[in-house]
Amino acid sequence: MKAPKDGVPPAATAGGAAAVADPAPDPPRKRRSRERLTPPSWLALLFLLPALALLGFLVVYPIVYSVIRSLFDATGDAFAGVDNYTGVFQGRENLIAVRNTAIWVVVAPSLVTIVGLFFAVLTERIRWATAFKLVVFMPMAISFLASGVIFRLVYQQDPDKGVANAAMVAIHDTFAQDTGYPGAGPRGGGDQPLREDAGGVATTGTHSAGQSVLMPLVKVKPEYVPDGAEPAAQPPPAQAGQVTGTVWFDFTRGGGGEPNVPNAGETGLPGVKVEAVRGGEVVATATTNADGTFTMADVPDGAYTIRLPADNFTAPYRGAEWLGSTLITPAIIGSYLWVWSGFAMVLIAAGLAAIPRDALEAARVDGATEWQVFRRVTIPLLAPVLMVVAVTLTINVLKVFDLVYIIGGGDPNASVLALEMWTEAFGGGNDQGAGSAIAVLLFVLVAPAMLFNIRRIRQERT
Amino acid sequence: MAILPQPGLMKQYAEKGSLKPLSPDVVSEVDKNFSPYWKELGSSGDKTYGVMIKAAYKSILWYRPQAFSDAGVQPPTTWQELVTAAGTLQEAGTTPFTLAAGPDDSWTLTDWFENVYLSQAGPENYDKLAEHEIKWTDPTVKKALETLAEIWGKPDFLNGGVATATKTKFDESVTQAFGQEKAAMVYGGDFAAANIATTNAKVGTDAKVFAFPKAGDTAPAILGGDVAVALKDGEGAQELMKFLASPEAGKVWAGLGGYLTPNKNVPPDAYADPVAKELIGQLQQAGDAARYDMSDLTPAAFGATPGDGMWEALRTFVQKPDDVAGTQKKLEAEAAEAYK
Repeated sequence: MKAPKDGVPPAATAGGAAAVADPAPDPPRKRRSRERLTPPSWLALLFLLPALALLGFLVVYPIVYSVIRSLFDATGDAFAGVDNYTGVFQGRENLIAVRNTAIWVVVAPSLVTIVGLFFAVLTERIRWATAFKLVVFMPMAISFLASGVIFRLVYQQDPDKGVANAAMVAIHDTFAQDTGYPGAGPRGGGDQPLREDAGGVATTGTHSAGQSVLMPLVKVKPEYVPDGAEPAAQPPPAQAGQVTGTVWFDFTRGGGGEPNVPNAGETGLPGVKVEAVRGGEVVATATTNADGTFTMADVPDGAYTIRLPADNFTAPYRGAEWLGSTLITPAIIGSYLWVWSGFAMVLIAAGLAAIPRDALEAARVDGATEWQVFRRVTIPLLAPVLMVVAVTLTINVLKVFDLVYIIGGGDPNASVLALEMWTEAFGGGNDQGAGSAIAVLLFVLVAPAMLFNIRRIRQERT
Repeated sequence: MAILPQPGLMKQYAEKGSLKPLSPDVVSEVDKNFSPYWKELGSSGDKTYGVMIKAAYKSILWYRPQAFSDAGVQPPTTWQELVTAAGTLQEAGTTPFTLAAGPDDSWTLTDWFENVYLSQAGPENYDKLAEHEIKWTDPTVKKALETLAEIWGKPDFLNGGVATATKTKFDESVTQAFGQEKAAMVYGGDFAAANIATTNAKVGTDAKVFAFPKAGDTAPAILGGDVAVALKDGEGAQELMKFLASPEAGKVWAGLGGYLTPNKNVPPDAYADPVAKELIGQLQQAGDAARYDMSDLTPAAFGATPGDGMWEALRTFVQKPDDVAGTQKKLEAEAAEAYK
């Protein structure tokens, strides 16, 4: 019960308005009320002290110490000047990290913002918008580490494992079915009946009508031999005007077996295209049977090379090399898009809901097409929100680490500055000076974006 | 007491003065049971600090006997036989190798290199290269790389070609060989048995080992290992160290399986597991020529950093096996920086 004792009406203690509105123009009293309004500075300091101490300990001290540490060498004893900073831009690995960070900063925020805008505008128009938004936003609920693991699987090279390549192979195979025996070829070494020929296989010597040809192949992968294949047979006797032969897998299980002869236990290769060629011109063709035999009819007189054209041996389409040196950064940016587009969508959708409808209506009444309304009215009105999203994402992109670390799996071609900072300092480099230099550099890069966001928040308050 | 995974680490701590040297009593036990090379690894300056208590044997290749018998090849003993066997396997339609050359697991590549280098250039050069007394641009390195290219340089020899190999992790490479049966051989130390155990293949019947083929005059024997050190003075610690250095300690652990020791007085019969028995035979045959894993003797920035140093240089070599000179230059540049 303090107020009654002081003799001040309760309203005066409740707020400044009552005190200022006090009709009595008594100067000492006024001063007293002002004193009450602003607590003494020592008290303010006392209240702020825990927060200041915590911030100082957790934010200011690490920043200052990082700057100091970045000026010393790996051991921390010798002063290194700006060597650590120039070192960031030297060496192949570091330059790749700088380049990748630049790609990230330019591509990722704008891409995520555009996709977020796209989703936000679309969800305005569809039913079940909430369900759709929920699904797009859901990746945000997954930790980056888990997202990284998921996308590492998505980008696996083997189409049996990686869904990205599985999809590409499925699409490819609907249009062009690969058949044949990839990797198969003639036996190496001199004096063989067959030789490599422009991706295909051809006989070393020449043959003419009425002859039989043995075409032994090796390196045939068992998984490509169809179930209907039968044991290799001797070629049927050639009639006049015919060339017959056998194409078979000339390898006896367990080794042994006479080479270049269809031994017991060796498999014929069905479905192989065979051509008789003279001077680059195909004069007759045939396809092998289940036991590997073939018969070419109506072969004119003359000497021919018998050829198995290259399309018998084309390697199957295996999709893209997602985690190879060129695609790896775009691939990781793709996973970043998956995680963050929901965030961008939700912010932009909120901005979209706040746009005055009458501006859009007015434009429509004036005869603007939907595209013009979007381009000339919606986007300018949304610009502040888009800016905030893009800038927030830029800050976020500069420190991207988890996705690159997990999906890249240590590949230097994927590295970014934030990852390089860790690698240099702790991940084997053991040079905390160089790591600190990268950290300070990142801080300098993030600072303008932070300032921009702080200024915006201030502007919104006034 | 502590058990450290790298002798290099032990030396760092010893120089800082964090470790206590072994008492003369323990040192004489070490002298009795270990060859001088292993004592030297446990020493810094002129004092001995550590006892090698456990070894990982890295000079073997694992293979699938079924694939070998289908193709009619025998486990090779020389590099030339290995290349020929790989060719025959390929003719039989089996991919000869899986290679774990992913950025995080390129240590397998350093192990391949070390085996070939130790075999060709001999233990003395091996020690010099580990200390960077020989430059990586040396002709011996060139020869070793050219030898490796006889296998690494043939994409058809590697499961999935170079594109897959350079992204394969070590555990994946073992699974590809023994779980999916996509290849006939895979490199892995004795510890790969743990990975094989996760597949349906059974170690000893479906998965066997042969000694890493000789590429030169020396039969290579590369080991990794853990070194026990004492952090405090005291009778108890020294007594325990003495026990760990004794054959009795080795025998107990060997009987439990999953264990190899460089202690030469632990008889092969003490090992319960047949693969270990075979390996210890190889190891003891190698005798004084056995060497510690080079990449664990070099500074970590060169020999033990994913995506950097020796790991990445050799991984790039798998991608560009023709570029022997460029690989050597890169190795030397990385080494020069790491040793400075």
